[in-house]
Order: sequence, then C-alpha cells, then structure tokens
Amino acid sequence: MKFPPFSYHRPTSVPEAVALLAEHGADAKVLAGGQSLLPVMALRLGQPDHLVDIGRIESLCHIEVTASGLRIGAGVTHAEAEDSSTVATHAPLLASALPWIGHRAIRNRGTVCGSIAHADPAAELPAVALAADATLVAVSVRGERRIPASGFFEGFLTTVLAADELLVAVEFPAMSPGTHSKVYELARRHGDYAMVGLAASLRIDGMGVVEAAALSYFAVGSTPVRVRVAEDALVGQPITAAAIASTASTVRTELDPPSDNHASANYRRHIAGVITERVLTSITSSENAHTGYGAIA
Amino acid sequence: MSNTTSITLRVNGEQVESQVAVRQSLADFIREDLALTGTHLGCEHGVCGACTVLLNGAAVRSCLMLAVQADGTAITTIEGLAGLDGKLSPLQQSFMDHHGFQCAFCAPGFILTAQTMLEDGKKRDRDHLRAELSGNLCRCTGYQSILASVEAAMNFAGAASEDGA
Repeated sequence: MKFPPFSYHRPTSVPEAVALLAEHGADAKVLAGGQSLLPVMALRLGQPDHLVDIGRIESLCHIEVTASGLRIGAGVTHAEAEDSSTVATHAPLLASALPWIGHRAIRNRGTVCGSIAHADPAAELPAVALAADATLVAVSVRGERRIPASGFFEGFLTTVLAADELLVAVEFPAMSPGTHSKVYELARRHGDYAMVGLAASLRIDGMGVVEAAALSYFAVGSTPVRVRVAEDALVGQPITAAAIASTASTVRTELDPPSDNHASANYRRHIAGVITERVLTSITSSENAHTGYGAIA
Repeated sequence: MSNTTSITLRVNGEQVESQVAVRQSLADFIREDLALTGTHLGCEHGVCGACTVLLNGAAVRSCLMLAVQADGTAITTIEGLAGLDGKLSPLQQSFMDHHGFQCAFCAPGFILTAQTMLEDGKKRDRDHLRAELSGNLCRCTGYQSILASVEAAMNFAGAASEDGA
C-alpha cells in the first residue's frame, strides 16, 4: 500500500499551479488534503504522473463573506469550516454536513473543495453544493469559469472540470431569512459512506408555507440527485405532517438507486423516504432548526 | 522535477532535516527514517487510525500524508508524550490503570486521538467520546477499557482545571 511514483510540484500561487496543470494536463492530479486522492493511489486505482500540491497557496486558505454569499477557498479544510462561526451563520447546510464526514483526523486534512471536485456520489458535500445552488469557481490559464453546481457533476467521480482547471473556491449564495436546513444520513457505522443521505433546505414564510425547497440525495446514483418533483410539490404548501408524508412517498417513487453489498435498491428507496420524513420533521420544529437570519447586505 | 526533496520539520520537539522520496508517506518517514516505530501501520489507507500522529497539534492519519507535505510542520508521535525522564503522560498512565491495552497495536493511535480531546478542554459525555474515538479501530479490547481509560483521564483533567480555577 505504498504510493506509486510521481513527480511532485508545490506551487505557491494560483497562476503557478494552473501553469503546471496546463503543462501536464491529464497526467496531473491536484493534491489538497489528499484524503481521497492518496487512498486512491495507495490502492492503485489511480497513478498520476504528476501531483500539484496546492496546500501551500496561501490565497486559497480563506473563508470570506462576500456581497453574494460565502466563499470557501480550495485550501480550507473540513475541520476549519466545521469550527468556523462564519460558516455556521452563513452556510448552515454546509455546517450541518461537516460532522458526518469521516472522522476528525480525516477532516483535519481533507478540504471542502477537494471533496466537491472528487465528486464521490456517496459523499456529503457534492449533495450540499447541489442543494444550496452553490457556484464552483474554476481557474485555468484560459481564465476563470463560474459553474453552477447543477451543471458540475457529470457521473461517478467525474465533473465538468477540464484537466487543466483548478477548483479555487466554492461560493454559497446568501441565506434568505426563514431558511431551515439539515444534512442527515444512514450508514452502517459513523464515518462510513452513507447508504442514503439527504441535504435538505426549506424556506418557510411566517405562516408556515414553503417558499422554496431543495432535497438533494446522495449515495443514490452516479451523482447527487435532487428530486425536483417533490420539491415543486412542497412549494406553496403549508408544512404539515401530511405534506411531509406525501413528499417522502414521492421521493421513494422518483429515486432509482443502485444495489450493492451494503443495501439493495429497494432498501435504499425505503430509507430515503424514512430520512426525508425525519429531516423535514426535524428542521421544521424550531429547536432543531438551523435558521439563517439576516441576508448579507 | 526531482523525485526526492529536502524537508525540515520538528518531531517531538527536535528539529529534523532529511532528504525524502516524494512518494514516501509521513508514516513511513517516521518509522523508517526516524526509527520511531511507535507509529503503527494497519490498513495504510486511512481507515484504521493506528498511524495517527499530531500535526501542529491536530490528529491526522500519517499514512494519508506525504512526508513532503509535513515540511515546515511540528509532529508529535507517541514517543513524544512521555516526559524526558520516562514518566508517562496522564493519558498514557490512565491506559495503564484501566487496562486500555491488550495487544496494544492500536494504542498509539487511540492515545494521540484522545490527547487532542484532552487539550481542547471541551466537555464530552460517554456517547461523544465513543463517537470521536470511532475513527480508531481495535480488534481485541472490545473498546470498553479504552473508553474507560480516556474517560478517566478527561475527568481527571476536568477536575484539575476546576480546582485551579
């Protein structure tokens, strides 16, 4: 379980990093925390010729509140985001996801952007990016590209990022008042990949009527999946036990998850419904809600 | 680009300068180049936690890091916990007192993971301790004695800080 040989590059700026990616292209992989890439290499599932280590690019290590929301640079670890009161305030859905990821020792190294770029369909953060309508900011020698999360994930471990592009940041839009969000998953053991997970966000007005809904499931296909039919059916409805039960039923019908050693497709569909009820019930009861007040000026 | 590189870091308080292969893991560097074999390698892909060390005070898997990524950092291994006179740290002593070992292969990882919990000062109940130790695997104790060791050390540390307040 030793890493296969490679050439190592440690740029200190984004222009230097993207120049290396332009030079080495498909033969290079970006190394940030390495918590996904290094196991892949140890197991010989991937043998890149070049590693471009972005861990020393200081400009990527920031969590910033911007005019449009919250920006998390590619050097920010899960643990830094987990401990950040700024993330808790401005991106509570992300904050709710972080404790589910691996274990603290993994989160001390792994990065938010790395997890999104790795695009494991059973991972939490791609589903969070999709639920939050986040924007992925990619840079190459050709310039900067802003990619909506809805158009980012193409398939198993595959995104629209080109071989010469570096994901430099993820941006979460400013929270609207009345937004409640939560991540929840069922796994055999804490820290394992989920059998099914849900990143959910609801905006509810003062009368208890749903104004906007995002239900983003993970470990149910080759990418995270939003169940738009169920989201659309919730909008305009008061959030009642009947509405939640009906949503869960729609989700069970709409999802088409795979079978594997951990869970059959039918079982995944069943627990997708169960966690939908649990999450929607929980986030609409006040004591469990992550409520984002005060949109950023 | 060369396939070896020079790194400088602090390990258990001592400055170390070394030429390393870029593909060498931090765990292999610690064990083979520094001969600090208290850092154990179980799964070598980040699952078992046996290779846990502290990197600038934070627990990390040393099998999931390149040695070159540790350039400029401060590492603490299990050998760095006891005093220079060989006196065990309170947590190590608690593992002795509560039979937190059987074969002890997993013990360095558990102890360093628990060390970060002792140091951050947060109070944790048994369920939280269990959750936070769940990233370390033990194949023989059944975990109860490990949990008891950590719990006792945390209670002791908590009582000491309250006395001092």
